[in-house]
Amino acid sequence: MSNNSYAIMEQQPSIKGLANTPLVNVVRGAIPGPNAVGIEEHDDVGHLVLRGDATLLASAVTEVLDLAFPDQPLSSCSRDKTCIRWISPDEWLVTVPGTETSSVESSLRDAIVGHVAIVNVSGGQTIVHLTGKHASDVLMKSTSYDVHELNFPTGKVITTTLAQAQVIIRRLDTDQFELVIRRSFADYIWSWLRDAATEFGVNG
Amino acid sequence: MLKIHCPYCQETREEEEFHYSGQAHIARPTDPESCSDEDWGNYLYFRKNPRGRHMEMWVHAAGCRKFFNVVRDTVTYEVEQTYLIGHVPAGST
Repeated sequence: MSNNSYAIMEQQPSIKGLANTPLVNVVRGAIPGPNAVGIEEHDDVGHLVLRGDATLLASAVTEVLDLAFPDQPLSSCSRDKTCIRWISPDEWLVTVPGTETSSVESSLRDAIVGHVAIVNVSGGQTIVHLTGKHASDVLMKSTSYDVHELNFPTGKVITTTLAQAQVIIRRLDTDQFELVIRRSFADYIWSWLRDAATEFGVNG
Repeated sequence: MLKIHCPYCQETREEEEFHYSGQAHIARPTDPESCSDEDWGNYLYFRKNPRGRHMEMWVHAAGCRKFFNVVRDTVTYEVEQTYLIGHVPAGST
């Protein structure tokens, strides 16, 4: 089989409403409080998992995504709505705007030479942003990881546990965090976050 | 709770992110066809259970999902060091 022989599944449904976010049934709405925490889902996002040797992936990622390649542990590189995160020594998570998922996947496949895997996992996970002065307090209740800025600066990515579920956390700014959560744990984490943020108030 | 240093993430994390994966450095017999039943049984089933320094495998299950080796004291639970699969612990000859 030649290197360019592959099939790409178009995961963007043509009929609106067929693909619901995993958070379609959760409780939303504001909870009044002094310094409300923003809990917001970003569902129009394509997720691609890249697996393989960094030396095979680096130049292609730089070329296709116009981003530096995060080869250091726990690092990430982002531009606008495109981001690539270090997950493990041979795994990276790329997120792009939802409508670009297939074209980015094709471009990466064309650009990468060698034994790698690219998997579209958009249907399996979703993204929640935590914002506000007390966003880090909500995380401090929920994860054993030290989210103080000295230990967890902007741009750093960690995979850890939040409540009882696995989650990928990236600091976007002093008081902004991005959580990549699994579909099957999405409503659990959403409920947990709202509960944890109740004392501060919720913008949701 | 143990604090374990993941050699891949290069950070010390809480035990809840990890799983224990048994004794480390168990060499598979190079020629299984010709090894005795006793040797094969020992390889498959028999493990050390030392009181003190123990070399074991852990997996960073909720993190980078990589396996690595840990030297841990089974009495004090102190983690002496962690190192990559295929390596020997620092300080050994």
